[in-house]
Amino acid sequence: MYSNMKITINGNIREFRHESMTADELVVELKLIGKRFAIERNGEIMPKSLFKQFIVNDGDHLEIVGAVGGG
Amino acid sequence: MDKDDLIIAGRPFQSRLLVGTGKYCDFKETRSAIDKSGSQIVTVAIRRTNIGQNKNEQSLIDFLPPKDFTYLPNTAGCYSADDAIRTLYLARELLDGHNLVKLEVLGDPKTLYPNVVETLKAAAVLIKDGFDVMVYTSDDPIIAKKLEDIGCCAIMPLASLIGSGMGILNPWNLEIIIDTLSVPVIVDAGVGTASDAAIAMELGCDGVLMNTAIAAARDPIMMAGAMKKAIEAGREAFLAGRMSKKLYSASPSSPLSGLIK
Repeated sequence: MYSNMKITINGNIREFRHESMTADELVVELKLIGKRFAIERNGEIMPKSLFKQFIVNDGDHLEIVGAVGGG
Repeated sequence: MDKDDLIIAGRPFQSRLLVGTGKYCDFKETRSAIDKSGSQIVTVAIRRTNIGQNKNEQSLIDFLPPKDFTYLPNTAGCYSADDAIRTLYLARELLDGHNLVKLEVLGDPKTLYPNVVETLKAAAVLIKDGFDVMVYTSDDPIIAKKLEDIGCCAIMPLASLIGSGMGILNPWNLEIIIDTLSVPVIVDAGVGTASDAAIAMELGCDGVLMNTAIAAARDPIMMAGAMKKAIEAGREAFLAGRMSKKLYSASPSSPLSGLIK
């Protein structure tokens, strides 16, 4: 029986119907494919090249950022 | 004029005008103004991305392809060395390893005055980790020199407060900084109109970085063109070497002989 996992993404708690998932799977869930972004997990950068291996766990804190206009 | 490139961390640029991408009414206007300015280096901010956003929502990067411009991710809004460092690690990952960055650590939300203590701390860590750091700082010549000494690739003192449009308030300090440093000195923040940019260049600055002066003009695109000309005019005047000032002694421009009697 799977329990839902809760991840804090950009300050908001999100629930997923998995116990854990790879960063690759998370990117699909969040509909981020084709966008330019970078992810930090619990204060550490998650390199794009390792998305297939990186496991996101219940309770993780993620920051997902992009480039916006600024001076 | 041939071959008067601005060299930053070994990268040559033909334009000495660096521009921000904030405060425009839409991305189309951002792009038009930047094209008109002739700028090759554009600053961007790093912010939380919208999750589950509309698939067709436009992004800045669609309008300013990183292959056509040199991105300068900044740390605007950071008030500690740690926040600035985290932001630039994210920026490097976001921009596929791009390591040329603008470091700014602010000290006060009202004045946005730089916190030079935290700035020095962050710069040291980032440089050790392989970043080419262009650094926003106060117009304090001693701090500017320290930032150069620890390895910053460009020193960017303010002309006046960010977004104030007050122009160059202390040309004397800027001159000391320009005279003392070997790396490029780029005035960052406070320019209000074209003459401010020209004065910065006439003082011998290597470039000027601005955002609000263009974006908040009534016609940003026309102002972008004015800034391009001001930067070029100021640079040429600096290279040409201005005449010396003569207090209390006029010198006629026309011959004294051959006057009709």
